[in-house]
Amino acid sequence: MSAEAHGATLVAEQFDDFEQQKQADTFGMWLFLVTEVLFFGGLFCGYCLYRNVYPEAWAAGSHLLKVTYGAFYTALLICSSLTMALGVRAAMLRLKTSLTVYLILTWIMGAAFVYIKLRYEWYGDFLEGLVPGFNWAPHGENLEMINHFHALLPHVSLFFIFYFCMTGLHALHMVVGVGLLTTLLIFTQQGKNTQGNYNWVEIVGLYWHFVDIVWIFLFPLLYLIGGRYV
Amino acid sequence: MSEDVHVHPKFFYVKVFLALIVLTTITTAVAYVDLGVFNTVVALVIAVCKASLVVLFFMHLKEQAGMTRVVIIAAALWLAVLIAITLSDRFTRHWVPSNGPWESSTMAAPQSE
Repeated sequence: MSAEAHGATLVAEQFDDFEQQKQADTFGMWLFLVTEVLFFGGLFCGYCLYRNVYPEAWAAGSHLLKVTYGAFYTALLICSSLTMALGVRAAMLRLKTSLTVYLILTWIMGAAFVYIKLRYEWYGDFLEGLVPGFNWAPHGENLEMINHFHALLPHVSLFFIFYFCMTGLHALHMVVGVGLLTTLLIFTQQGKNTQGNYNWVEIVGLYWHFVDIVWIFLFPLLYLIGGRYV
Repeated sequence: MSEDVHVHPKFFYVKVFLALIVLTTITTAVAYVDLGVFNTVVALVIAVCKASLVVLFFMHLKEQAGMTRVVIIAAALWLAVLIAITLSDRFTRHWVPSNGPWESSTMAAPQSE
């Protein structure tokens, strides 16, 4: 069955065929993701620089974060990437019900990530006085560790500025991703993603996996550095 | 169209998923072992491996046209340039002896009369 048989709804008029359209769509998304790499890259660069300038403060700051949260988010995002990839597969096979189920699962995991981060992790950080500028007076259950690192505290606050900016920018991307998934769900219900043109699902998938990759780097850089064995 | 598109079996994606979960477990466990400077090296190597798995299989890079690969290599290259040049500035300053902070003549404090 040729792509042309589906008429103008499948292939936009500026493209010769579906394959060309698919390549243009995905290539455009890849280009956007490259600009995103450099967008996050500025923060990674600053992180890298100041981590080398204040290594002890970075290790101390990392110790004040809870690895359990970081590992949980990593697992959650990997699960959501799996359901997203399976969603793209379902769209390729024109399975409307499967696609809807996978998109809803991905949506739930993405929303859960943002909710848990804001409601529990960041709120907990705020209560422990770990938010520079708003409530910077580290205390709470890590008091012993904080006293141990006391001389480093001004530079630890710099670590926390990077922590909140990097995870904040990442969380913002998750919010955008959840919005994109909502749009996809509406289009899927209208039957637009399962009539042969699965490109929207594919490129939202690319975005979703990219945001997952950012977290794959944030997790070791923020939560695991500095030796948890101390 | 479904006859034309290349579709992987579900298990293909599940295998990638399991590999990612195993790598996450390893990187978390290794953080509690004292390897000195290699803690960072191992963490970053595992992160790069995980990112590669996602890019190659979840993002279908293996099936993309060559131009996409060029774009990704360009991204990695520019990121490396950004970080390398910034760090090389900060950490080579002491190579050149300096007589203290530089001061512009126009910015100098006015002479008292």
